[in-house]
Amino acid sequence: MPLTFQYMPHEEFSGLDSERKIQKLLKVVRQNKVVLMEGTLTSKEETDLIQETMSAIDSKFKGVEISSFNPLEKGRTPEEKLRKMFSVMLWGRKRGLTIIGPANIVKEMRKDPRSIQLFLSNRRK
Amino acid sequence: MIKRFKYFLSGLFSVFKKKKHIRLGIYGHPNSGKTTLANRICQDWLGEDMGKASSIPHETREIQQKEKVEIESNGKKLSFNLVDTPGIATKIDYEDFIKKGMNKKESQQRAKEATKGVIEAVKWLDNMDAVLVVLDSTKNPYDQVNITIIGNLAARNIPVLILGNKTDLKKANIKKIEAAFPQYKVMGISAEYGDNIEDFYKELFKLVR
Repeated sequence: MPLTFQYMPHEEFSGLDSERKIQKLLKVVRQNKVVLMEGTLTSKEETDLIQETMSAIDSKFKGVEISSFNPLEKGRTPEEKLRKMFSVMLWGRKRGLTIIGPANIVKEMRKDPRSIQLFLSNRRK
Repeated sequence: MIKRFKYFLSGLFSVFKKKKHIRLGIYGHPNSGKTTLANRICQDWLGEDMGKASSIPHETREIQQKEKVEIESNGKKLSFNLVDTPGIATKIDYEDFIKKGMNKKESQQRAKEATKGVIEAVKWLDNMDAVLVVLDSTKNPYDQVNITIIGNLAARNIPVLILGNKTDLKKANIKKIEAAFPQYKVMGISAEYGDNIEDFYKELFKLVR
């Protein structure tokens, strides 16, 4: 069975509130696809995603594996904070990349500052 | 004018209230050693355990609280309510518990309770005055759960101390945690054996002052 990566550009979420954004992401993940989302979630959206995921867990859906690259997440000097603020004002949260995969397919995501490794489950259902 | 005065008074009281009843939360990934740390603190200062720690993930599935824990360091006293939370995860598979020796029914029940525990732990983030984020120092610190917890605390302006636990193990790597979270104070400890625990207590005073 092939593994599908679905790219979801920033524009796909424009006009959606956080709740609908998360529902949209989870809908794709529950189709056993790995989402490649342009940009990053806010910290509040990340916890909302965790809560929604936990509520959805059943005998078939085991949860998600998630990892993201945010070029501005590190460093909290005043200069970096200012740069981040302007970047969010100008581009929204368009910078960076978020990967979300179903836990029954993606066993583990191992992130380092410059790479993300996906380890796939050998009992893919 | 009266309204303003009432507002001023309520603000003044909320400051005192916050100081008097500091809620210190313990957050982290399942099996990072949160309950072991809570037990260490409670044993050291109250002479009793807080909860049961286990090698099977999601042993703590409900919020546990210990009120009025009073610690002392350098002649100063600090009192807080300690809150041990269920480990935060993005996935829970009951089959993982079966692999740890539990039967199917117990495993399914544990998984169900664990999902509720995660939701509860996230909800409680808003109730904390300061948080200890416990990381397993033998594992990769760039795990998204760690980033999410710390990001949420930063967004809420809640003071954070990151503890790299399990420094007694050979694979422990505190430097990697420091590199992952350069903007935070990181301390290596072994909650199980008490390594560096005195320095940790000193650091607590700085965290909640």
